[in-house]
Amino acid sequence: MIDTPERLTQYAALLGDPAAKNKILVSMGTCGIAAGTTPVLDSLRAALETRGLANSIRLVEVGCMGLCHSEPTIELHNAETGQQVIFGNVTPEQAGAVLDAFSGEIKGLDTISRGWYYPEEEENVNGVPQARIALRNCGRINPEKLEDYIASKGYQALAKAVTKMTPQDVVQEIMASGLRGRGGGGFPTGVKWSFAAREKNDSKYVICNADEGDPGAFMDRAVLEGDPHSVLEAMAIAGYAIGSGNGVIYIRAEYPLAIQRLQIAIEQAKHEGLLGENIFGSGFAFDIELKYGAGAFVCGEETALIHSIEGMRGEPTFKPPFPAVEGLWKKPTIVNNVETFANVAAIIRKGADWFTSLGTEKSPGTKVFALAGKVKKVGLVEVPMGTPLRDIIFGIGQGIREDKEFKAVQTGGPSGGCIRANKLDTPIDYDSLIALGSMMGSGGMIVMDEDDCMVNVARFFLEFTLDESCGKCTPCRVGNKRLFEMLTEITQGKGTPETLDKLRNLGQTIKDTALCGLGQTSPNPVLSTLIQFPEEYEAHIVDKRCPAGVCSRLITYTITDACVGCTLCARNCPVGCISGERKQKHVIDQSKCIRCGVCYDTCKFHAIAKN
Amino acid sequence: MSADKMMNVTINGMPVQVEDGATILQAAKKLGIKIPTLCYMELDCFNFEHRKGSCRICVVEVEGRRNLAPACCTPVMDKMVIHTHSPRAVNGRRTVLDLILSDHPKDCLTCNKSGNCELQTLAADFKLTTVKYEGEQSVYPLDLANESIVRDLNKCIMCRRCESACNEMQTVGILSGVRRGFEAVVAPTLEKPLNETNCVFCGQCVAACPVGALTAVIRNQDVLDALNNPKKTVVVQTAPAVRVAIGEGFGMEPGTVSTGKMVTALRRLGFDAVFDTDFAADLTIMEETTEFLGRVKAGENLPILTSCCPGWVKFFEHQFPDLVHIPSTAKSPQQMFGAIAKTYYAEKIGVDPKDLVVVSIMPCLAKKYEAARPEFTRDGVRDVDIVLSTRELVIMLHEAGIQLDLLEEGQYDNPLGESTGAAVIFGASGGVLEAALRTAADWLTGQDLQSVDFTAVRGLEGTKEATVEVAGLQVKAAVVSGLGNARRLLERIRSGEAEYHVIEIMACPGGCLNGGGQPYIHGDTTILEARMKAIYDADKGLPKRKSHQNPDIIKLYEEFLGEPGSHLAHELLHTHYVARGDA
Repeated sequence: MIDTPERLTQYAALLGDPAAKNKILVSMGTCGIAAGTTPVLDSLRAALETRGLANSIRLVEVGCMGLCHSEPTIELHNAETGQQVIFGNVTPEQAGAVLDAFSGEIKGLDTISRGWYYPEEEENVNGVPQARIALRNCGRINPEKLEDYIASKGYQALAKAVTKMTPQDVVQEIMASGLRGRGGGGFPTGVKWSFAAREKNDSKYVICNADEGDPGAFMDRAVLEGDPHSVLEAMAIAGYAIGSGNGVIYIRAEYPLAIQRLQIAIEQAKHEGLLGENIFGSGFAFDIELKYGAGAFVCGEETALIHSIEGMRGEPTFKPPFPAVEGLWKKPTIVNNVETFANVAAIIRKGADWFTSLGTEKSPGTKVFALAGKVKKVGLVEVPMGTPLRDIIFGIGQGIREDKEFKAVQTGGPSGGCIRANKLDTPIDYDSLIALGSMMGSGGMIVMDEDDCMVNVARFFLEFTLDESCGKCTPCRVGNKRLFEMLTEITQGKGTPETLDKLRNLGQTIKDTALCGLGQTSPNPVLSTLIQFPEEYEAHIVDKRCPAGVCSRLITYTITDACVGCTLCARNCPVGCISGERKQKHVIDQSKCIRCGVCYDTCKFHAIAKN
Repeated sequence: MSADKMMNVTINGMPVQVEDGATILQAAKKLGIKIPTLCYMELDCFNFEHRKGSCRICVVEVEGRRNLAPACCTPVMDKMVIHTHSPRAVNGRRTVLDLILSDHPKDCLTCNKSGNCELQTLAADFKLTTVKYEGEQSVYPLDLANESIVRDLNKCIMCRRCESACNEMQTVGILSGVRRGFEAVVAPTLEKPLNETNCVFCGQCVAACPVGALTAVIRNQDVLDALNNPKKTVVVQTAPAVRVAIGEGFGMEPGTVSTGKMVTALRRLGFDAVFDTDFAADLTIMEETTEFLGRVKAGENLPILTSCCPGWVKFFEHQFPDLVHIPSTAKSPQQMFGAIAKTYYAEKIGVDPKDLVVVSIMPCLAKKYEAARPEFTRDGVRDVDIVLSTRELVIMLHEAGIQLDLLEEGQYDNPLGESTGAAVIFGASGGVLEAALRTAADWLTGQDLQSVDFTAVRGLEGTKEATVEVAGLQVKAAVVSGLGNARRLLERIRSGEAEYHVIEIMACPGGCLNGGGQPYIHGDTTILEARMKAIYDADKGLPKRKSHQNPDIIKLYEEFLGEPGSHLAHELLHTHYVARGDA
């Protein structure tokens, strides 16, 4: 039992400096496992045995390192030399080479330079773009071992909070840190806590929103899989701050590995007395249970989430009353996102001043983004607020795949908007993104290139919202359907200039009248592309043309003089609309063509033109 | 929040002071400013408010606020400045209405709800000449599988009022939002038809529905067919609560007692005899009071619960199957009437019961279901053949060009038309109990007591309790209306927390005068108060006010039934219940 702060210190001391051991960290997040890390791990283990190194080099299964582009990834820590190297795209056959690397000989391995630093423990001496606070332990510790977490200062913040600080101090510290909700809204976390703290009630709730649902977003999953204890510790701190003994993690059932690691972590914490009664001998008690979401996006909205926990239909209700006053089971409740919680312990340990030294004035700290889409290096990145988009996309992401032209970046998921090249130097924080017609959202960042049609992108996000709307309020239920229908018309060449006016008016009105955050932001992908890419809408409407060549109804395939008459296209055409003699130029019957693009893809002579 | 603090707000440039916690809608009302609403529903006298803010018709502009605010559920704040018809608010409201109409059938002319539809009224008020955002409309199958309620979800606007009525007011709990996004709609679990659920057919969802998504099954044609069939003798019975509401269908003041005019109207429609369910209500009192006093004397199986209300009967069969032995076994007045008509009366007039058609005019939709229950059919003949609601009779009369308001007063036919004041008050919550107490008091004392008013059990409150002295006996009585209140009381009885001798329960809040088949009140509960007053006025105006003094009832026992509780009475006038449990 770790029942006093002293015991925690003793235990941490006993574990020693984590850097003082030879280690091989193997990335075992869902993404790593999917990419094939398990056989790599097995192979490394076997190689250690064979070479008799099993006792001198520790094999550590860690969470996601964020290097999706190069999974399976492993990291080498040589305690004697202090050398730390990351290898990407590792295969089981390379196990021997990895062990050889301990002696300094790196051969046949794909070395990746570490693009981040840890602000809590070091200065940014190399001037790297990433700063990891929320992800401080992801990819560094074994998430299933409590001792790993404790050796990395784990539970020190909770010990400090409950034994050396009053609840008001804790709220004050979080408020002073300027930490804002990382789930999308950007509401100041400390203020939210203060609302719940001032409510007088015997029972209150701390809810962790782990219902990450934006398409292409996986920040929270990485934290839960890689560092579950940091969330538990922060929830307990929040519980202490607002006077709550009950924590609930609402996690989507589609995250089985995160659930499993949370269950293990909760079990460990309870076993050691870090959760439960009389934590660190302070008299403070806090417990956490898991509730599984069934995959409804709207349940990320806090009132809908609360109703879902209560066993009701997951749909939002009007605020006020706010959950801080009347939330779960009608008790004062705070709902914070995973990444928000992941920042808390660091703030308590290092103080608000340290936290505000990073990021911008109104958005201190860092933000984790799931960088995806057409960039060369997709992955999980954590950068100080205020980092320009260009640094993320062209720096960390190393630019566009196949060196195509960058067209736009979509932030904020289905609630966000598209930002085009001329705004790439904007330092991003909550407020600057809103000014650009987008929003921070939970951190999805999807990069698009010249092959992406912006009308179609808007339609894609709207289709998502349409499926995920709860259907409660008219503007979201019917209005989004109408927006979607109009966008479909445009992509089919049936749009008129009037359609654009209707899109704008309806989009604005939905924002103005919808009940919850989902509905109020659902037209953003449409409105932002209308503002940023008017020429693409005009091309669809006036010229009946899709410049990116995506909207199939607006594409014409023709055969050019490059045709050698090989007949491959004619044989592959599913509707038989291509005719021609052998070794003669072929012709497409436009009246029959279904614009599937098979001819375009099969032609070996680039003789099919797409217009 | 303290209610004593006053908030100063400005609406459309006019200052107004309201209590803390008041909504923008309430503040505007104080200034005489009407903000249109659709999903919002308030039933003042039951303290019931449906305020989900889902339709967004009531949006207004609040200075300093990012988006428009729904007036129905936004509490005012001190110094709030509100504009209810700024261009932005009007545009928002108009667009919302446009969107609702874009997903609503435009078949108003043939809709059951035409003329009573709140969406139709809004559309008329706004005069949108075109729907700007036309598009695909939702398509759902009709639910026509039960006797009482038609569900046409193509017309559902997701106001969710039915859900509140079913789940919060009645605690029947079968309705909820299902599916997501554009397809979202209100339905029972797994979208089962109502007859496969715990639905009790009380019709409060129908009363709450602002549009034509939930309406009553209409059986007018069956009645017309019977009336025009020369082989059939067609008689009609009218329930107590119909006479105080039917006038509303002809522009008469709510609370007008139209008994005589209604009798004339029914006779003009062509019924061979116009009878009164009140006669059977008196009969019910004879049987139920006998059963009650018997149980009190034996000191067992108490409390006795009234069983006049078929919604309530089905409710306890589903929800309290362990308690099916405590309600009175007496049939409801409707079914007692049918049983007597098809035996005593048929014999009297020499008509084969198969050729006698009994039609009921009821304030209720559950009565349609009740008449179809298998235990109310003997030898293949139903006791009650066709049940019409008050609203259906209004339609029939309009169609026939019979102007109720202009008719002379008629008299019920004999022998099933005679009744007492005790029967009339069956139409209000508390009436059955009061009628039973009047008879019990006389029977126990052997006197003709002059004080017949047991006012403690009157009124629209959901739960009323009184200890009434009846001939030296302290009778602990409770009167409950609304199934939510019934559930709470029954749970207290089940746990042994509450003890009573007798309890009257009606499914609809306020009793039959607010039945699911009555003319729509559109949230104006002063209409219910007027109907209730009319019922007690009618009682007061009658020469006989005790059931056991009804001369035709006395004759019925002498000529046919023998004693109350006799073997024949049991065969014809009593029933049994089914422990259904959860459907």
